[in-house]
Amino acid sequence: MKILIAIKRVVDYNVKVRVNPDQTGVELNNLKMSMNPFDEIAVEEGVRLREAGTASELVTISIGSPACQDILRSAMALGADRSILVETEQSLEPLAVAHVLKSIAEREKPDLIILGKQAIDDDCNQTGQMLAGLLGWPQGTFISELKLESDHAVVTREVDGGLEKLRLKLPAVITTDLRLNTPRYPKLPNIMKAKQKPLETLKISELGIDITSRQQILKVSEPAKRKVGIKVKDVQDLVEHLIQEAKVI
Amino acid sequence: MNILVIAEHDNRILKPSTLNTIAAAQKISTTIDLLVAGTKIDSIVQEAASISGIERILYAEHPALSQNLAEPLSELIATLGKNYTHILAPASAFGKNCLPRAAALLDVAQLSDVIAIETPDTFIRPIYAGNALATIKSTDSIKVATIRSTAFSPAEKGKKLAPVEKISLSLSTTELSAFVERIEVPSERPELTAARIVVSGGRALGSKENFALVEQLADKLNAAIGASRAAVDAGFAPNDYQVGQTGKVVAPDLYIALGISGAIQHLAGMKDSKVIVAINKDEEAPIFQVADYGLVGDIFELVPQFISLLENQKASGNV
Repeated sequence: MKILIAIKRVVDYNVKVRVNPDQTGVELNNLKMSMNPFDEIAVEEGVRLREAGTASELVTISIGSPACQDILRSAMALGADRSILVETEQSLEPLAVAHVLKSIAEREKPDLIILGKQAIDDDCNQTGQMLAGLLGWPQGTFISELKLESDHAVVTREVDGGLEKLRLKLPAVITTDLRLNTPRYPKLPNIMKAKQKPLETLKISELGIDITSRQQILKVSEPAKRKVGIKVKDVQDLVEHLIQEAKVI
Repeated sequence: MNILVIAEHDNRILKPSTLNTIAAAQKISTTIDLLVAGTKIDSIVQEAASISGIERILYAEHPALSQNLAEPLSELIATLGKNYTHILAPASAFGKNCLPRAAALLDVAQLSDVIAIETPDTFIRPIYAGNALATIKSTDSIKVATIRSTAFSPAEKGKKLAPVEKISLSLSTTELSAFVERIEVPSERPELTAARIVVSGGRALGSKENFALVEQLADKLNAAIGASRAAVDAGFAPNDYQVGQTGKVVAPDLYIALGISGAIQHLAGMKDSKVIVAINKDEEAPIFQVADYGLVGDIFELVPQFISLLENQKASGNV
């Protein structure tokens, strides 16, 4: 079984971003960049399926600037067999990303595509669903468990109020939730080996896909600051404040 | 302008998030149709018809729509959606699952987790875990958006019933996926995203058994229970208690954080609460930067005191 995994390079999740002075976006210069955490989980799941013998080939793909090679090399250090970088300097919206992934999927013909459930920069939570829609494949979103059989996948989804189990006909698209697995760290020898693994680079223009933005960002602003709170001395004091001042209990 | 709102239900009840989404739709236009899809849901359709401000209920009945599966539901939304200028759904697991797929089928972009509507084509949504707000103008002919429930007061219910139109349809995606089972976390407490008071526990609780402390305080306050990602990952609380960027977003009147440090990802899920209380033994914890009332100390000493004080107050009729 061939698996395609889409990964994104984003600001590291530990970094607190700031809005830039002209309010056109956030300051990204000199910030630490990493693989999107949900995508690390997607890669880990793929590697586990490879180790279990379920997956025969693991291909990772990223779309963006040449700097995205870093995260593709990391994915190969973790166990991916080869990578594809679709180069563009433009920041793509989820619909355009889904179109690019669709065109790669039509070429690669994977049995399963794994994505993270959302990128922690745009917080959209759309790409996997859009890709599944464009391909006409079933989708298993926000999954915390995956079982693959010959012609279908059984996925456990994290939904409001509990969990839900679905059976999807392969090929399918799935998106990972945090609890699917715990990603491993790459070992040094594997990082060295990853340098030799194939990384194919395509220009986005070669794919003939319309990537025009549908959404225009008019402004990016700081959220309203909360007023400074107080420290209360004990529980008695707290309860009095809640009853008399805040009037919430 | 005419708007299609997708109703969320679980085959038993109409979810309150539907009311918030209709309230958001009312900021755009008064021409609102509500799509209710499923099978054997006549009582939900009747309830939905009583929501004020709706022109029509579109009742789609088809065996494939019985479990909110994304494939047939998105196909339905995309088919109906061609006749609308806006398509809105709640930004819940339900809406996040089906709406982007429908948007792709319509070849339009989507706006996720909208918290404010400036004009019919300009929306505000949080990015970077709520650390920035983006004002976005959509140039698509059909605006597709999921609505953050806590940002819009719910539409009211009235006596006047909207007319119900049954839709008959054929769907082509019914073979792609199948529902197997649902594992529910039963709860007598108010629903987390709709509760007036939320009591949340973090890693400092130390164990699943100790998490009962959170439950005891929540019981005294008739509150819903939340948890930080750390507490969920450690197995102290079930997944769907998680409050944060990757869990649920809440904005209750009172949010009480017990033993939660206040990582960015948690704050993204609760910082719009009206009053925030933090009890934590680390006075440097970031949670104190957003708390209206902070109490530094050991939760295992302070929370039992809190509970007994609430009992006294109740006995003397103050609460």
